[in-house]
Amino acid sequence: MSALDPKEELAQRLGLSSVPPVRFDSPEQVQKLLAENDYLSDEAIASVVYLADRLAKPVLIEGPAGTGKTALAKAVADSIGARLIRLQCYEGLDESKALYEWNYRKQLLRIQAGRPEGTGIEEWSRLEEDIFAEEFMLTRPLLEAITATDPVVLLIDEVDRVELETEALMLEILSEYQVSIPELGTVRAKQIPMVFLTSNNTRELSEALKRRCLYLYVGYPSVERERDIILSRVPGISQALAVQIAQVVRSLRTIDLKKKPSVSETLDWARTLVVLGRDEIGDEDATATLHILLKYQSDIERATKELLGRSRPVA
Amino acid sequence: MLNLLGDFIGELRAAGIPVSMSEHVDAARAVGVIDLGNRSLVRATLAATLVKDGDHLPVFTTAFDVFFSIRSWDSAEAVMGDDEDEKGEREGSAGATGPGQARGQGGGGGTTMSAQELAELLYRALRDGDRDAMRLGAGEAVTRYSGMEPGRPVGGTYYLYRTLRNLELESLEQRLLGGSLQGRPDGLAERLARDEVMARIEQLKAEIEREIRERLVEDRGSKALAKSVRKPLPEDLDVMHANRDEMAQLERALRPLSRKLATRLARKRRRRRRGPVDLRHTVRRSLSTGGVPLDLRFKPPRPAKPEIFVIADVSGSVASFARFTLHLVHAISSQFSKVRSFVFVDGLDEVTRLFEGVEDPADAVARINAEADVIAFDGHSDYGRALVTFHDEYAKDLTKRSTVLILGDARNNYHQAHAEVLADLHYRAKSVYWLNPEPASYWNSGDSIMSQYAPYCNRVIECRTLRQLEAFVGELA
Repeated sequence: MSALDPKEELAQRLGLSSVPPVRFDSPEQVQKLLAENDYLSDEAIASVVYLADRLAKPVLIEGPAGTGKTALAKAVADSIGARLIRLQCYEGLDESKALYEWNYRKQLLRIQAGRPEGTGIEEWSRLEEDIFAEEFMLTRPLLEAITATDPVVLLIDEVDRVELETEALMLEILSEYQVSIPELGTVRAKQIPMVFLTSNNTRELSEALKRRCLYLYVGYPSVERERDIILSRVPGISQALAVQIAQVVRSLRTIDLKKKPSVSETLDWARTLVVLGRDEIGDEDATATLHILLKYQSDIERATKELLGRSRPVA
Repeated sequence: MLNLLGDFIGELRAAGIPVSMSEHVDAARAVGVIDLGNRSLVRATLAATLVKDGDHLPVFTTAFDVFFSIRSWDSAEAVMGDDEDEKGEREGSAGATGPGQARGQGGGGGTTMSAQELAELLYRALRDGDRDAMRLGAGEAVTRYSGMEPGRPVGGTYYLYRTLRNLELESLEQRLLGGSLQGRPDGLAERLARDEVMARIEQLKAEIEREIRERLVEDRGSKALAKSVRKPLPEDLDVMHANRDEMAQLERALRPLSRKLATRLARKRRRRRRGPVDLRHTVRRSLSTGGVPLDLRFKPPRPAKPEIFVIADVSGSVASFARFTLHLVHAISSQFSKVRSFVFVDGLDEVTRLFEGVEDPADAVARINAEADVIAFDGHSDYGRALVTFHDEYAKDLTKRSTVLILGDARNNYHQAHAEVLADLHYRAKSVYWLNPEPASYWNSGDSIMSQYAPYCNRVIECRTLRQLEAFVGELA
């Protein structure tokens, strides 16, 4: 194709001296690298990570809690040897916590330190220029990610928790990899970081944000993948037990529960069973340890009834 | 490729998935940097760039299968002279003969396998979880049983039904279950084995459906077929006619409703940060500027506390809608402080207490079905009677701050309308809204008496889909 490579184009726009090299050769390589960092991806995940790099676009990851959304960003950072910069979102997050803040105390010190030299108008404008320099700025995660010179991966976690208005703060960074600071002008990225956003879908994200991102839905893994995840993350577990655990969890997810067991809870359960020295899950073990997978009493009762065909004996 | 992509995006938009211009550009760029020979990579790429909502993915997948069918993929590859395709996919298509040959249904003359051989093949494929064999078997089964006729403008549901019926999946299931359950009769193991068998049979069904679709694409072309297999998005599902799967989808989609309502309310409350001008305070401030009120002072905002009366029809004719509306009532009652809810068929009962302190809407719905006393006579909905009862017992509680929501299809079974009662309710309350689950064109047909009630409602709203419901709740909040 004759069109310019997306990454090259962005690099030109940012005025980078050289086009950053492609991080992954192919989705297969992504899958392999992630696996080396204990993250078992599937084809969709690997493809999106690959594309995110080639197209230099952020990835919005959605899906139920505990399916490895945050872990994916960590694993990607590890596999390309980059530093992970994490912005945990919460309600009330604002510019000064997400982007930058002026270091007021340092500015004050500078003004006081400069006072005896003179009080002319010139002096003041020089001072003013001085105190609004990068030196007096506290960089917050978003700004830090684009001004960093070492390789970084930016993770904006649980972006659905911030208000709609705050979301707009991120738009410039997500599409242009730059931040406009009124006193300083525009700060452009010195490199193109990989950006991941995660969302638990507690509210609809704005169209503007979605449009700027690649979208990845991470659902519950298939039985085979879950088995492999258990095998790779829980040392000393037998193949048969891992298969059985994966099957139990799948069955649980088909029941109408308040909170379905997540992958991380599955792993906890697997570890417990290993510690208990079990090679197979009997009915008794299942009833005794179900509370690790399920967090509501009503869920536990229901699951016991459905899975074992009888109600839980009174303890 | 770009033309095909354009057509594909057209189809997605027709199905209701919003695809913006810039997303189209992204997709076009993305396919430029990937290996086009890899079908699943192309699918992942297009999904990532075009679909931005997890609930839309099933619709996307269907459309993708139609537009980028494995077979057309293979032929495109052949044209490009690229021959490194997966073997399994080849075999799958090799097992399939043209639809023309498929007519000898049950005769077994045109196919290479006998019925027993096919059953055996499927049994073994399912038992071992062998995907390739499953694909081969699915192709064979479709050839044998579906009785496809070329050129008919159908979506293939009937073919699927016919194939599945002939395969006798139930006996296959029993056989598989018997095989894997040997000597392990305890509860958990049995359940696991059953789920495993079910999952594999689902896989086979999906395989058969895909196979049928492939053949239909070959027969009629992507664009025509896409139209017949197009499914509505969850938010566009017609609540009254949803089947069980769709209903489950809807309920999932409804769950975040109360949370969405909460965010919307919170935003609205924040936006009105100031109340009316506080005259006393302003005058006091003005003393420092010589009596000129330079600096206006405001009273702190007083959050509105709307009282909402929800009256929902829960009779059989609107059964699925009733479930849906009860979820809505639950969402509303969790967000507004003063909500009183009533359900009726031909009698009316207050169910406010049943919603109190219930976290899960499904629990509340179950309690209402069990406990509410709504049938006075014959169990056919009678809006007139219900309204009269409501008026007699509760109208005195209505004030100028009350909003009345009536949920129902206004099909009165030819009982008396008693519209004058609604007129009085309208006079007493701030506003009356009527949500009707039927399409507006059906109103006033048969025993629907919407027009008699409509003059006394501030608005009558057609509320057939989640999208319409959300729009209304947004206005209300």
